[in-house]
Amino acid sequence: MAEQQTPPISPIAPVAPVDVLVIGAGPAGATAAIKAADTGLSVVLADEQKAAGGQVWRAKSTAILSAPSTPESRAGDDLRHRLSASAATCLFDHRVWQIQPLDQGWMVALTGPEGPRVITARTVILATGAQERIFPVPGWTLPGVIGLAAATALMKGQMILPGQRVGVAGAGPLLPFVAHEILRQGGEVAFVADLNGLADWTKLTPQMLRRPGLALRGAGWLARLRAAGIPLLYRHGVRRITGDGRVEQVEIGPVDDRWKPVDNQQTRSFRVDAVCLGHGLAPATEATRMLNCRHDHDPALGGWHVATDDLGRTSIAGLYACGDGAGILGAAAAPVRGRNAAKAVLADLADKSGAGQTSPASNLRSVSAFGRAMTSLTIPRDGILDQITPETIVCRCEGLTRGDVEAGITAGGVSPNALKSDTRCGMGPCGGRFCQETAAMLTARLTGRPVEEIGLPTARPPLRPLPIEAVASDFDYDELPIPAPAPL
Amino acid sequence: MNGGPRIVRDVRRSEPVSFTFDGSRIEAHAGESVAAALMAAGVLSFRTAPVDGGNRGVFCAMGVCQECIVEAGGQRVESCRLEVREGLVLRRVTYG
Repeated sequence: MAEQQTPPISPIAPVAPVDVLVIGAGPAGATAAIKAADTGLSVVLADEQKAAGGQVWRAKSTAILSAPSTPESRAGDDLRHRLSASAATCLFDHRVWQIQPLDQGWMVALTGPEGPRVITARTVILATGAQERIFPVPGWTLPGVIGLAAATALMKGQMILPGQRVGVAGAGPLLPFVAHEILRQGGEVAFVADLNGLADWTKLTPQMLRRPGLALRGAGWLARLRAAGIPLLYRHGVRRITGDGRVEQVEIGPVDDRWKPVDNQQTRSFRVDAVCLGHGLAPATEATRMLNCRHDHDPALGGWHVATDDLGRTSIAGLYACGDGAGILGAAAAPVRGRNAAKAVLADLADKSGAGQTSPASNLRSVSAFGRAMTSLTIPRDGILDQITPETIVCRCEGLTRGDVEAGITAGGVSPNALKSDTRCGMGPCGGRFCQETAAMLTARLTGRPVEEIGLPTARPPLRPLPIEAVASDFDYDELPIPAPAPL
Repeated sequence: MNGGPRIVRDVRRSEPVSFTFDGSRIEAHAGESVAAALMAAGVLSFRTAPVDGGNRGVFCAMGVCQECIVEAGGQRVESCRLEVREGLVLRRVTYG
């Protein structure tokens, strides 16, 4: 990078570099920031939300003056209290849109309420968490269809129900949590459709008992849903969602053990005004892909994730990752992983030769047993592709159907980048986050290759859409240097 | 307020305020997200999609999917990250 003069990209001049910039203030990132600050490092913690907690311990909006506490809200309040007592500088409501290597450390560009800013840091810890995986089904773009994680965000943060009469469908631990929370808060749950069978859950009992309190809460949720007479439909999936400009009806039907729709005579329809749909979590990889870190594919960890050592060191020196972004292990493991990353930063900054020696906290395996069991319920099974009809939109941003995407694959778009050039699949404002996995699975099926061979698309800045005013300083056109035209 | 799905039991909210969405007055609470306020008011369709023309609204509710964008002061912003304040003027994003 030395020969390249990087032009200033912000009117705010970089100040002295901080020791560590942590991106993401969920349980992993906030714990890393607290731990690093406690050891005397200068720390900046940035998050696009308005308070720490991430998704799992999401803070309430400022519109909520008081509300009954829950185990999640208490854990989040404790984290936010410890963070405000620490010396870490917090930048909430700030979005990182670019990370660039410098000769020494990193330049990170953000936008926030006061405009753009640039921070230079000796090290960066990425704690960017997960995003929800949601497989397409006919009608899933209708207003009123939201993610299961979206439902938790609305209920925890805004204290708003997804609807008055809600269908809950998909796979994984958010199904009983969301359904029970809607019921508990006075909404109506039309049904719960779980792609897994009851046996898929019961075989995880030993791992679930590693967190007996949470296992007991889960059993209570199911008991109360049953007592309320709500149909709990195992090995069932959504066939189609219909309505005039918004969700009005959803059709549910049985699936086989590969999650493929079967027995078309056995479907049932429900009148609903909302559907919460989700199929587990996938690590957010856009920042580590943009920086060309090594990634591994492991379905048991949510698929593609940045590769790290035991302490969270990525394949690039000075860049660390912790939390679900480095592979889904769940909320209990996140603070342990945050502390490990802070330890690695401390060791490496003390020992400039590179890999400082230190040992990770040893209990990661036991604290992540529950999380890994829950992730195992969401490993995508290829039969789910059969719920996607040729006319169903796969890429929501670009309005591309399964038929469009498959035509692109057949025409030679057999890598994510080629498919993107060919069809625009994944090129829209969401950055491919909601179509990439489906497109890769379709490519795998059509080419007969395993899904991990399909690979990942290149990620480029900005990491999030941003208005051009946020990065271009004020100027008059007269001030623009205009080179003399080339001689003819 | 309007029979919408706000959770009410033992919840105390900030003062009521109002804003407009495409000219319609929406009652809400200061500081809640515009996405939540519109949903609570029964408004689910926030915009149309540029290619397929379909209605779109809240999807991820956490600033990733960009489905819930509305127009505020000439800019497109994610309504799930925009806080309600008195007098906010918002418009639907449409294409073509």
